[in-house]
Amino acid sequence: MFVRFFWEYCEFYHFFKIIINYFSKKFSPIFMKKNNINRKEFITKSGLTIAAAIIGSKIVFGENLPKDMEPVAVEENSFEGAIPGKSKELIILNDKPWNGETPPHLLDPKITPADLLFVRNNGIPPTKVDPKTWTITIEGESAKTTKTYTIDELKSKFKHYSYQLTLECGGNGRGEFNPSAKGNQWGLGAIGCPKWTGVRLKDVLNDVGIKSDAVYIGYYGKDTHLSGDPKKVVISRGVPIKKALEDEALIAWSMNDADIPEMNGFPLRVVFGGWPASTSGKWLSKIVIRNKVHDGPKMEGYSYRVPKNPVAPGTKVAEKDMKIIEVMPVKSIITFPKTGAMVKGSKSFEVRGHAWAGDLYVKEMHVSIDFGVTWKKCELDAALNKNAWQQWRTRVSLPIDGYYEVWARATDSEGRMQPMVVPGWNPKGYLNNACHRVAVKRH
Amino acid sequence: MEDQILKLVNRLVYLFFFILLLPVFYFYGPLLFEKNEATVDDIELVESTENAEIENAELTLEKGTIDPENGLIVDDNYKLVEQNCSACHSLKLVTQNRATEEGWKEIIVWMQETQKLWDLGENEPKIITYLGKNYAPNKKGRRQNLKNIEWYEL
Repeated sequence: MFVRFFWEYCEFYHFFKIIINYFSKKFSPIFMKKNNINRKEFITKSGLTIAAAIIGSKIVFGENLPKDMEPVAVEENSFEGAIPGKSKELIILNDKPWNGETPPHLLDPKITPADLLFVRNNGIPPTKVDPKTWTITIEGESAKTTKTYTIDELKSKFKHYSYQLTLECGGNGRGEFNPSAKGNQWGLGAIGCPKWTGVRLKDVLNDVGIKSDAVYIGYYGKDTHLSGDPKKVVISRGVPIKKALEDEALIAWSMNDADIPEMNGFPLRVVFGGWPASTSGKWLSKIVIRNKVHDGPKMEGYSYRVPKNPVAPGTKVAEKDMKIIEVMPVKSIITFPKTGAMVKGSKSFEVRGHAWAGDLYVKEMHVSIDFGVTWKKCELDAALNKNAWQQWRTRVSLPIDGYYEVWARATDSEGRMQPMVVPGWNPKGYLNNACHRVAVKRH
Repeated sequence: MEDQILKLVNRLVYLFFFILLLPVFYFYGPLLFEKNEATVDDIELVESTENAEIENAELTLEKGTIDPENGLIVDDNYKLVEQNCSACHSLKLVTQNRATEEGWKEIIVWMQETQKLWDLGENEPKIITYLGKNYAPNKKGRRQNLKNIEWYEL
């Protein structure tokens, strides 16, 4: 009994603390102030009802806000510090939901470290994840049966594979499009190539049984919608069955031989290297085998789609004239030197980086120090496996004092090159694979 | 008999906790009331008058400057943008984008159709005017000069 009273006291005290926290912030008639109360502290049994009342009135200005929403406004929303689990060096584009990219010079390692892999969240990642109880269900019109596996069952039942797989956001480079496309204005760093370990998706799909009419697979994850509506699916995309059945298509529980970072899908995700990273669902809980093109949120409309036919910049394109982006185009980054390097005299210096080409290989790599007039061929490594990026390097020296830009251009195994200007405009600003440029100076 | 003992213990325990709470009130009470007399009951009142207050509120910061609290450009109705837009997503998503009034309208409609944004009612034209003016498209050409270069000795 005493324990019970003590508990009640604790709860009351807890609530009281919340109230104090809330009112001790600079008060303003606008109840939209960010506050330091973190979500976990707030969403407690005791505080919830009253907290929701307070937060509810924080959100509502249009009296039109639906009443059934969770108080997402208390989401920790501080610009200070880093994305949870990530380096402070990541450039934060959005803190609700978390979106951050890696400055190119920090992508220098061959295998992207966990704290430097970019974050592109569409919703709020699940909290209180327990890998022991986490399950994944395979179902759908074109699944012969429905099966559910725990992660331990995946690990014990199927052979493990590790691949180095490139993940790049479909909107990487969006910031350069003119006219601007809406969304996170990604620069160069929504790209990374860590080592992923898991089981082949095809082994799991075959264990369930794939009907002959299968066309596509779609994923579902455990992240929640920003609107606070628990029933609303944040994002559910996928790939054609052909891509899903490739050797390198993984259901992964490990990145760089450790747990997957929480912002990158812990404890389980799918990984399809070389395709828009949005196809590689995070916090994976379900895969559906579809007898038609998957139609989850962000598969349709303008999301991850480009015009079927090339259009002039700024053109309004009808939805029916858009097509789903499949494989990502050839691209490269210069990871050394960091832009802004000053070199004394004719001293030569190394230029190096990575190049990748969707489902293809990079055949050649060139750099230019004269704004594309002449190009120098670089030494280029083979890929560790399909969908892994390749390393390249060369040495350059600058002929006379002055300002230079080093430009890098990759050519894929089918002869396609990176453009030197921003490629074909599209309404949502996808697939910018223009040459990366770094500024250097001789003095 | 047992009931009475229970009641007594009950009261004693409550008294005990009440006494425990006194110093808390002593120290935090002023914090609670110094800036404002607001109590939980008052919130509703504030809520109902909010829109009017925001419209009529004089801008305390100079127009065209950035409000350090929310990162928005200070201009008429910018607080409306803060309230309606930051309920679901970071204001960084607003400030990094550029569009015409027509473009902002399309974004709002998209959010209403797919992301559960509510009807903005009479605030909508005010919000769109603010965004179209302060976050208008900038002409970038096909490729911009390299920016934000921090020079260092290699």
